[in-house]
Order: sequence, then structure tokens, then C-alpha cells
Amino acid sequence: MIRIQNMYKIYKMGKVEVKALDNISIHIKAKEFVAIIGPSGSGKSTLMNMIGCLDTPTSGAYYLDNKEVSKLKDDDLAEIRNKKVGFIFQRFNLLPKLTAFENVELPLIYRGISRKKRVQMVLEALEQVGLGDRIHHRPPELSGGQQQRVAIARALSSKPPLILADEPTGALDSKSGYEVINMMHKLHEMGNTIVLITHDSNIAQQAKRIIRIMDGKIVEDKEGAQ
Amino acid sequence: MNLLQAFNMALKSIASNKIRALLTMLGIVIGVSSVIILVSLGEGSSKVITERIQSMGTNLIHVRIFGRGSNRTVSEDELISLAANNSEVIENVVPSLDDTVTIKYSNKNMQTSLVGTSEAYQTVRNTNVQQGRFFSALDVERRQKVVLIGAYIANELFAGMSPIGQTIKINGDVFTVVGVLEEKAGAAQGSDDDRVIIPYTTAKRLVRNANITTFYVQAKTPDTVDSAMQKVEEFLFKKFNNTDSYRVFNQADMLNTVNETTKTLSMMLGGIAAISLVVGGIGIMNIMLVSVTERTREIGIRKAIGAKRKSILVQFLIESVVVSCLGGLIGVVFGVIGAHFIGKLMSISAQPSFTTIILSFSFSAVVGIFFGFYPADKASRLNPIEALRFE
Repeated sequence: MIRIQNMYKIYKMGKVEVKALDNISIHIKAKEFVAIIGPSGSGKSTLMNMIGCLDTPTSGAYYLDNKEVSKLKDDDLAEIRNKKVGFIFQRFNLLPKLTAFENVELPLIYRGISRKKRVQMVLEALEQVGLGDRIHHRPPELSGGQQQRVAIARALSSKPPLILADEPTGALDSKSGYEVINMMHKLHEMGNTIVLITHDSNIAQQAKRIIRIMDGKIVEDKEGAQ
Repeated sequence: MNLLQAFNMALKSIASNKIRALLTMLGIVIGVSSVIILVSLGEGSSKVITERIQSMGTNLIHVRIFGRGSNRTVSEDELISLAANNSEVIENVVPSLDDTVTIKYSNKNMQTSLVGTSEAYQTVRNTNVQQGRFFSALDVERRQKVVLIGAYIANELFAGMSPIGQTIKINGDVFTVVGVLEEKAGAAQGSDDDRVIIPYTTAKRLVRNANITTFYVQAKTPDTVDSAMQKVEEFLFKKFNNTDSYRVFNQADMLNTVNETTKTLSMMLGGIAAISLVVGGIGIMNIMLVSVTERTREIGIRKAIGAKRKSILVQFLIESVVVSCLGGLIGVVFGVIGAHFIGKLMSISAQPSFTTIILSFSFSAVVGIFFGFYPADKASRLNPIEALRFE
């Protein structure tokens, strides 16, 4: 599913070169549940941007779903993101003026799916996260946990091969956070590939495999405790 | 993503900020409506002037001789022979002695312009009589003190009563009113309705400059106007031996000149109004730039979940085009109503032409595209990672 080979990302700050990613190689198979953990500044956000096709590496190869994507142009990356990656962000990143339904519908619109099919897919996704009765609410009218579930539904709706969650519980209270984690387990059981990025080792423990990153290098890659 | 969905998204975001959209539109509304009002007023008044010129008589050639003194004039005999010698192209020649005179009836005094001419003036200058009669050839021959008065003078001096048969004093001489001229210019002061016409034979004794320096030639038909003009010019050149001391022009020339002048004028007015449209466009650009900055995060989200550059560009471009077109539409409504209303106030028919409406509306759409492009392009180029981090 994901194959990263000798990936470097180097930022130039004046004359100093900062290696945000320093020779990273990762292999993630389909249907895995992987957590990437590291303190802030470790390069995990950069790695997430790479995995999520939001950014391109300075050097190295990245195969996502058997397609080399590390040298694609912006618009091609947008298409890959739309088709292959479902994002779940720490701060939900929903559009506040659109309803839950419209938020979930958005990636499907960009993919060019017909209206009839969209309605069906959106309702299915919202049903899955248990928000079938809240489809016409706007984000400000929903609780944090509900908003994150809308975001999960948005990530799910287009049935992407990879779900990428960036600190999905970071902005939630522990109860809502627990719900979200449960939902990730459920998604994993349903056969989704999940990459979870966090700095919280308790959350990371939920994953089957934990990759620890520090100073742009992988320092540990082990099967989870469970 | 198709255009319809982009359109829907744009409408949603405009609807979510109505007051801002309305204020942005205002510039375009004012621009479009002022273009329509000014251009149609210009067209309306040019139509009025054209009609007035046409009503002065077709086939008309106007001759003016410059300079003073007895050698800078033509005699009536010369005019008669000019007409007689060229009877195949010239129908009539009438002299015109012009002056400003004081007229008096009972205790009312007024200044007006006097025209001394022959009986043929009526046909040559297409001057109809509303009441009474025009003076006759006999009146001219016998130097009768008879006068035709304009509608304005009739109203001023003889309010409510018939002036026919009454006597008025022109520069102290007693004249009998034989007719009232048909109203031509709304009986306004200083217009063609503010004048008196008397036989030129009589006028020669009355006015300060008794030399004929203006005369009118009526061509047989509109087709012979050019050859008649040629004959007149030949005659004048033979007499004065240069081309600088006289001017010959016909109604068509005058119409062209006036039309060109008014056309330039309406274009200038429209151009000035168009500047306000451009200013409105700058307003749109300004607001769209603010909007792009405010919605950086939204753009980041859209890009993260798969919006391509084109989708973002089209979305923002449609927003600005919808705002400017809506403004244009409202502007057209205001413009048509405004032109009608102001036209009525100025008593000219200011009917905005279809072309004006379409042109000014399309201009507003073009303004929306032109000034919306830069902000939309800026939005579409945002880096999704930075945009998502934007607070």
C-alpha cells in the first residue's frame, strides 16, 4: 500500500539546511493499522504531509497504491488525495457554512460523481459514524466529537484505500476521544488501511504497529502491545 | 467538478455574506445604470436635434456671406437671376435679413429676432402658419408693413386672444399681424418660436444692416442638392473671386456635423460613466482579495480533499462574475427606469437602446472576470499545507 524509499525532505533556512526527513524508508501493507509517533519537531508532520500527498520530498521514492507519486505536479497530487487518501485532522477542518451532508459530499463533488450516487454514498458514510440523524446540522451546531465524526464520514465517503488521521483526538475530551478511537478500530476491522499520527503514546498503543520517529529518522518500528 | 456545482458553491458563499456582496455590487450598479442613463440621454437629445433640423426643410442649402460693406453682399436681382438661370436644379431662392428688434404691443415690450424675407420662405424653410396667413408676393412688392409672429411672442403679447389683425410696433414702426407661425420648439424663449418675420423689402428700411448676407436656396429634389450647391458656389465665386468670403452648406452636411458632435458627446458621457464601472471592478477585486485571505483555511481544506487549481479558480471567478453580473442586472433596471424618468424631466425621449443595455451589461460581466481573475488565481495557487495552518 505504502512504500517509502530513502526519503529526504530538506528545508533551507538561510544558510542552514534542516533535514526534516532524513533517509526514511517505510513499508505499510494494505489493511494495516499503523501509528506514527514522535514529539513535536520530530518530522512526523512532514512525514504525514508526504504520506498524504500534500507535499513532495526533496529526494526519494514514494509508491502509494503501487503508483510513484513523489514527483507529481500539484493538480495530479490533488487527484491522488481525492481518490486515495481520506484525511482526518486534529481540528476537524470542516467548512463551517456547509451542513454535515455538504461537508461529506465535497470530496465526491471534486471527484465528479453524479448527484444521485453522491447522496447514497454520503448517507451511507454518515450512517456508519452514527450521525444519520444530524445530516442537516452545520459544524457549529455539533459537539466536538460529532464534528470529528463528520470529518471521519468525509474521509470514508469516497472509500479511499488509505485513511490518514493527524492527532484525531487532540482537540477532543477523553470521552469523545475514546469514541473516535473506537471508530478507528471499527474502520480497521472493516478492512481500511489506517495511518495514525500522534505524539501521545497512549493513543499510539491502539495501533497494531508503532513507528517512532525522532529528528527525521525512524528510531523504532515494532508491532503494538495488543 | 462541473460548472453547475461551482456555480452552486459560489452562490452559497455569496448568500452567506449578503451585505458585503450588496455593497460590492453597488459600484457596478452605479456604473451600469449611469452608462445607460447618460448614453440614452445623449441619444435622445441627438434625436431631438436631428428631428428639428429635418423639420427646417429638406433640399435646403444655406448660404452665408462674411464681411461687411456693400461689396460683401448680393442683391435681390442677382438672387432672382440665380434662381432663373438654374431653374433645372434650383426651385427657389430666398434672402434673409436678420436683426434683433424691439417689439411693443400696448404696454408690453420685448426683444426678439427679426427675419426679413420673401413669401417663398414659407416653402423653402418649411414654415407653417398656425393661424392667419403668410404674407404674399404682393406684400413684398409693395413693402407692406405686415408681420408673422412666433408662438412664443403670441403667447407673451396676446395671451388668450387672437393676434390676427392687431398692430404691434417694431422698432417704433407700426405693423399689422397677419399670421402666427406654427410652434416648433415648445414656444420657448430664444428658440425658433421667439421671432418675427416681415417682407425683406420692408425690413431693408428697418434694420441696421440692410445688405443681404444670408440666403436660402431650395433645390428641386434631394438628388439635385449637390448640383444646386455647385451652381450657387460658382455664382458666389464669380462674384467674390475667392472662396473664403462665403460658406455654403446643406441640411445633410449640418445633420452630419450635428450627428457626429452628439455621437462624440454621448460616447464621452458613456466613457465617463464607464470609468465608474472600472472603479466598481476595483471594488470587486478588493473584496475578493479580502475574501481569499479570510477563506485561506477553507481553500486549504478544499485542496486537501482533492480540489484542483482549476476548481478553486473557477469557484472564486464565478463568485466575482455572479456579483458583477447581478450588479449589472440591477444596474440595467435602474438605468432604464432612471433614463425614462430623467428623459421625462428634460422632455426628451431617452429610450435606452438594446445595444446600450447589452453592451453595458456585458461590460459589467467582463469587469467581473477581469478584476476577479487575480484574486481567484491567487486563491488557486495557495499551498494546501500553509493554507491549512492559517488561523
